[in-house]
Amino acid sequence: MRAFSYQRASSIDEARKASLQAGAVLLAGGTTVLDLAKCGVMDPWLVIDITHLSGLSGIEVTDDGVTIGGLAKMSAVVEDDHIRSAFPAVAESLSLAASPQLRNMATIGGNLLQRTRCSYFRDPGAFPACNKRNPGSGCSAIGGVTRNHAVLGTSESCIASYPGDLAVALLALDATVDLGLRKVPIDAFFLLPGTTPEKETVLQDGEIITAVSIPASDAARNSTYLKVRDRQSYEFAAASAAVGIEFEADGKTVRDIRIALGGVATKPWRARGIESALIGKVLDAGAIEKASQQLVDDAVSHGDNHYKVKLAPRVVARAIMKVGGML
Amino acid sequence: MTGTLQISLDINGQAHALSIEPRVTLLDALRENLCLTGTKKGCDQGQCGACTVHIDGQRVLSCLTLAVQVEGRQIETIEGLSGDDGALHAVQAAFVEHDAFQCGYCTPGQIMSAVACIREGHAGSNEEIREYMSGNLCRCGAYNNIVAAVRQAAEFAS
Repeated sequence: MRAFSYQRASSIDEARKASLQAGAVLLAGGTTVLDLAKCGVMDPWLVIDITHLSGLSGIEVTDDGVTIGGLAKMSAVVEDDHIRSAFPAVAESLSLAASPQLRNMATIGGNLLQRTRCSYFRDPGAFPACNKRNPGSGCSAIGGVTRNHAVLGTSESCIASYPGDLAVALLALDATVDLGLRKVPIDAFFLLPGTTPEKETVLQDGEIITAVSIPASDAARNSTYLKVRDRQSYEFAAASAAVGIEFEADGKTVRDIRIALGGVATKPWRARGIESALIGKVLDAGAIEKASQQLVDDAVSHGDNHYKVKLAPRVVARAIMKVGGML
Repeated sequence: MTGTLQISLDINGQAHALSIEPRVTLLDALRENLCLTGTKKGCDQGQCGACTVHIDGQRVLSCLTLAVQVEGRQIETIEGLSGDDGALHAVQAAFVEHDAFQCGYCTPGQIMSAVACIREGHAGSNEEIREYMSGNLCRCGAYNNIVAAVRQAAEFAS
């Protein structure tokens, strides 16, 4: 790590102002910033520590849902009884992510902003070309080893997958990201790579995620997060799905269904096509499999990651069946 | 603030004065500045768990923590685990009894993680121990014996 200066912010306004300086970076849990600074991907000259700010780590139950402070630790949110009962997909996405040590460190705001695990992105010494790191330099992943890369939402500039789990659950449950001075629906928070893969979210310089709000719903209460990966624990998703379902009074017909995917796309991926195909239907295995298949109609694979085109619809179908009580 | 900072860290109940650059991780401060070499540097990227310590009673990775960040917090390392008379902590004793290591390099991190795992109430079954100890890799593959040691220490603690 190159040398940098350190500033402990005493207020959120001070942190916002300080972070506007070129080369400044905010430090919360540190699990992304310090990791990428060691890799040489980030090269801050000023690190602004916001971990000592008070009032940003609470979990508050509101009339219409829950609000989680941006500095709340992943482990604190997992252990919260209300989150576990009213938003099980959120609790499961967190408990299946990272390791106990990392969950004690990483914050909810930082978790959303974690960077891709694309090994070309993470290795500037060996692979100078990376449009995400160095716009216009090219993509080392295309034509390289792509087992962990995205098959949805890719562009000719970038095929790096979004690695997080929490954002996938939050996307399915229509969460809102609170930036203090404005609120952004999570569906509009993350950006496709297009020709500007260096721009991953709508976050502007000087903005900080102060909270995430999740509206309560029957679909949120009846939800799950299914994660399939190369090893049983402490591994990023090969494919994952967050699914929530509300049934009509008959207990069989789908009134509301929410589906989002992780591990297969360049950003947390909402599957509205599958949702609309299943609303008003009585769930059966055939209908679920058929609807899930349309997810990958426009998928683009690059050799090693072709298995995700087959895996993703199956993971979605299994998650729907699990929430629907069919497994 | 640039250059070198003067800080004080509370490690195993003792205050340690340090003069360090902001970029120094807690791991490097422990090992290089304070000669507390029980905490190990494995991957130095938050992927192996060898550097696990406790901060305010919670297990974290010292390789991804800046030393300056934890001024004012209570830090516990493997050196602080045994009793004043040198008696092994129950988890240390269980690791010895079950031969829960081969080369021993990951062991301090395994033990610090196991102490927290038991305190969190996540050591009720072999399956639960495997899940909640998954942040500590052992390249020798002593996992079965580690699980047995954690299981015994958890039963002893309850």
